[in-house]
Formats: sequence, C-alpha cells, structure tokens
Amino acid sequence: MMGNYPVHLAILVLLWGYIYTSWSIMGRLGLVSFGHGAFMGIGAYTVVMLWNNFGLSPWLGALAALALSAAVAVVIGYPCFRFRIVGHYFALVTLALSEVARLVITAARDTTGGSLGATPVTALNEGRSVAFGALQFSPKWIWLVIVVLVWLGGLWVWRQVDRSMARLALQAISEEEEAAASIGIHVTRAKLRITIVSALMTCVGGILYAQYQLYVNPDTVSGIAISLQMVFGVIAGGMFVMLGPTVGAAFTLLLAEGLRLAFGNRYPALDTTIYGVMLVLFIIYMPKGILGAALDVFKRRPT
Amino acid sequence: MSDVFDIFLLEAVLNGLLLGGLLALLSLGLNLIFGVIDVVWICYAELIMCGMYCVYYLHVQYHWPLLLAMLAAIGVVAFLGYILHQFVIRPVLSAEPINQLLVTGGVLFFLQAAATLVFGIEFRNLGVALPSVHFGEMSFSGARLVAFATALGGVVAIYLLLTRTYLGTAIRAISQDRSIMPLMGVDPAKIFAITSALGGGLAGLAACLLVLQYDVHPAIGLSFGPITFLICVLGGLGNMFGGFIAAFIFAQFIAVGGFFFAVEWGYVIAFIFFIAVMFWRPRGIFSK
Repeated sequence: MMGNYPVHLAILVLLWGYIYTSWSIMGRLGLVSFGHGAFMGIGAYTVVMLWNNFGLSPWLGALAALALSAAVAVVIGYPCFRFRIVGHYFALVTLALSEVARLVITAARDTTGGSLGATPVTALNEGRSVAFGALQFSPKWIWLVIVVLVWLGGLWVWRQVDRSMARLALQAISEEEEAAASIGIHVTRAKLRITIVSALMTCVGGILYAQYQLYVNPDTVSGIAISLQMVFGVIAGGMFVMLGPTVGAAFTLLLAEGLRLAFGNRYPALDTTIYGVMLVLFIIYMPKGILGAALDVFKRRPT
Repeated sequence: MSDVFDIFLLEAVLNGLLLGGLLALLSLGLNLIFGVIDVVWICYAELIMCGMYCVYYLHVQYHWPLLLAMLAAIGVVAFLGYILHQFVIRPVLSAEPINQLLVTGGVLFFLQAAATLVFGIEFRNLGVALPSVHFGEMSFSGARLVAFATALGGVVAIYLLLTRTYLGTAIRAISQDRSIMPLMGVDPAKIFAITSALGGGLAGLAACLLVLQYDVHPAIGLSFGPITFLICVLGGLGNMFGGFIAAFIFAQFIAVGGFFFAVEWGYVIAFIFFIAVMFWRPRGIFSK
C-alpha cells in the first residue's frame, strides 16, 4: 500500500498540471477565464451521468462531453469576443458561467445526487481490476501511464500554440486589440479557436479526474473555487513558460502534503493559508511565478 | 386555490424586494471602491465574513451588547479595508488591471483558509432571533426587514456623503479624473485610503445584517460573493445607481425563480440573465 502513495501523488500532480496547462493556453494570452470549472464539471458529470443512467461507455460519453464543452465555449466565447468583453469583464462573465455549471449540477439533484456528489457504477467486480470499456482501472500504474501521456499531449498542444502564427496574433491582441484588428487579424476568430482548444483540454481533465477518483462532486469539479484554483496554480508556477503550470501543481500539492506530514491534521487549512499569502506576494513581487523567476535568475548568470 | 397561490407569489416578490435591499448594500461598497480606485476586490465577501465572525465572537464569547459588537465589527472591517489597500492594492496600482483582480483573489484564499485555521469549519449561529412580522397571510423575517431598512439608510447616507460634503466631492472628482485632481490640491493616495476604509466599513455593515440571518462559516463568502460581483457588473462597474437597480432585478429572479422551482434554479436563471445582458450591453444595463 505504501508504494501506492508516491504514485498517487505523481498522478495528481500530472493530472492537475495538465489541467492548469489547459487553462494557461488562453490565460497567458490575456484571456483570464474564471469559467474553466464549468468545462471540468461538464467533462466529469456528462461521462458519469451517461454511464450511470444509460450504461453508455465513458469513451462515448467523452465525445458527448467534448461536444457539450465546445458548444458552451462557443456560446459564451463568441459574444464575449464579438462585443470586445475583455479584462475584468471577461473574468466576471466567465465567473458567472462556472457558477451556473455548479448550480445546475446541484439543482438537478434527482439525477446528479446534488451536493452529495455521485459515484460511477463500478465495473470492477469479481476480481476484475481492469475494465477498459468503463474506463475504470484499479492498478495505479495504468493511471500513471494515462496521465503521463495526456500531460505530454497537453505540453505538445502548448508548444504547437506557442509556435503558431495564432499565438503571435493573440499576443498582439492582448497588448493592443484595436491595433491588431487594424493590421488584419481576425480578433474574434483567433480568440475563439484558442478558447475551444483550452475548453476541450480542460474537459478531458475533468473526465480523467472523475474516472480516477471514481467520485464527482459539484464543489470539487465545478464552480468558482475550482476555477480560482486553476488560475492561481498557473500564477504560482509561471504563466508564460511551458512547464510553469505543472510546477504550480507540484508546488501546491507538495506544500499541502508536506505540511500534512509535518503537522498531521492538527492545523487544517494551514497549507491554503500559507499558499494565499504566497500568492499575494507572488503577484506583487514575482508575477512570472516560481519557474519564470527561476529561469530569469538562471539566464542572468553567465555560465 | 388560485388565491392562495397568488398570495404566496406576492410574498415571494416582497421577500425578493427585501433581499434586493440587502444585495444593494452588498454591491454598494464594491462599486464605491471600483468607481474610485478602479480595482475589483474579489475578496469583498471574505471581508464581510471577517465582520460576521467579529460580531459573533464579541457578542457570544465576550458578551458585548449586540449593538456595540456590531459597531466594533464595522470599525474592524473598515480597518481591514484600509490595510488591504495599503499593503496589497497599492503595490500593484500601476500593474496590469488583471493583476489587481488576481491579487485580491489571493487575499480571498488567505482569508478563507485563515478563518478555517482559526475558527474551524463549524457553522456558528449568533443566537439572536428577531420576531417575524405578519401581514395578512404573509410573514416576513424581522431580520430581513431590519436589513432592508438599514441597507436603504446606508445607500442614502453614502449618497449624501458623496454629494453634500467636501470629502465626497473630492472622491467623486478623483474617480472622474485621476491625473488632474492632484494639481487641484487633492491627494489621491489619501482619498484612496479613505475610500478603502469606507468600502470596508460598508462591508462591515453588511456583515452585521447578514449575521442576523445566516450562520457564519469560513466558506460563506463563496455563497454570496459571486452574486455581488455580478450585480455590480450588471449595473455597470462603478455605477452606484446602476448597481442599486441591478440588485433588485437579481433579487426578484432569485426569489420568484426560487418560488416556482428550487432556490438553485432561481440563481441559475439570474446568472443566465446576467450573461445574456452582458452580450447586449457589455458595460452594464445603464451604460450609454
């Protein structure tokens, strides 16, 4: 059992690292979304609900979840970008979105179990430890392989976006939207594309989180709290470097686990208290995050 | 049968009106801060939580008279507002606007976690029950009536402060043009500090009214924080009159939606209404 603990931690770091990376793909280009909890919630709940109520395999459920996420991203994103809702306003509109997702899940309690959460019907009975069709595995190493692959996939998308013309276009947009439009950048289309990519990736993260934990709860997969967790994970790690979000995920998880090992459960929320103070200090004095600042120090010293 | 139905609907509408008064007060402080300093305090609801704990501890643990405890809470939260501005907002005033939003989000994390650490996760009840008021077949919670009256009083007081006093004139002037006013002998740093304390004081007042109606616990900010921001945005950030009207619109959605469906659906309808309005008027209903 002890051997499983480091593997479990590694899975969580990589999974959250992937989800934070998904957020940062649009966050680093000035599209600060407080709505990504909605996409994670859609991923987690669509798959679990379709499986529990209709016996639909999570592989097919995932397609439905992705389609729904893309649709929501377009319905919210298109008008936002078309009407130039940026900055504070974009953050607060998307905040409403993540609350809508959480409240809909909570309110539909006859189906979803409301704030008590829900458990996917298990396919792992009678000594079966692997149910491929149900996307349920009990050996942790299978999950480790899956999240490593997905995480690498996320980094690959990050790099593709980073190297694309679209990134340059969006960077221009985030600095001076009118000027970017005047030199022929189709602002709405460029933003919408990146939003859909980011939403779909976050949705995949939600699906994997639900299947790995075998438990979903509206407060832990959707809503403002989880959206803020993503935003701040990325800020802590470093918004503008590829591995920044992963460093952020590792940092927050290890901080929590380290303090738990040191003090046991005597001081609940000590980790988030320290984390909150550090976030404030980071944003004021180290806006590039841990990895960004570390790389700066490294670059300044000639070897 | 339909008579009974109508009277309950009327009760829901009137309760919505009472809720609207409270929401109007909640949004007032946030709008004041935004209008003058151009910063959104994402942690505003957490300041209110601090105020609620303050009233609770002073009254229940230390047996202060309730009114005195409330006055003290208003003072404490006003001071917190001042501290927040001096130590957190001021260093990022010239940074990108989104950083100012995010830094107060960090404060949100901190306050919520620190409250869990210090006070635990128990729901704490003040144990003061105001009698409810009956009117025909309808009944209204006394706490809500008091909240409504106080909220209206607060709104009027702020209005008078802003329009009838020298300080108010200076605050309004700064919010209109930050670069010219220093030349006219108004010190923006001082005005910002005073406004922050004033915004904090309003959060403290809201805390006094909320603690009469709801149990306080560390995550309570998340339950009414989002709605406060949305009201401000709906009315146009910084537009205090717009926020006032928007609070009543939102409250009706919640009360009447909650009457026909479950309470959560009332919120869902209000939030979707908000998103739809944003697309129609991205700078709030009352923008030109």
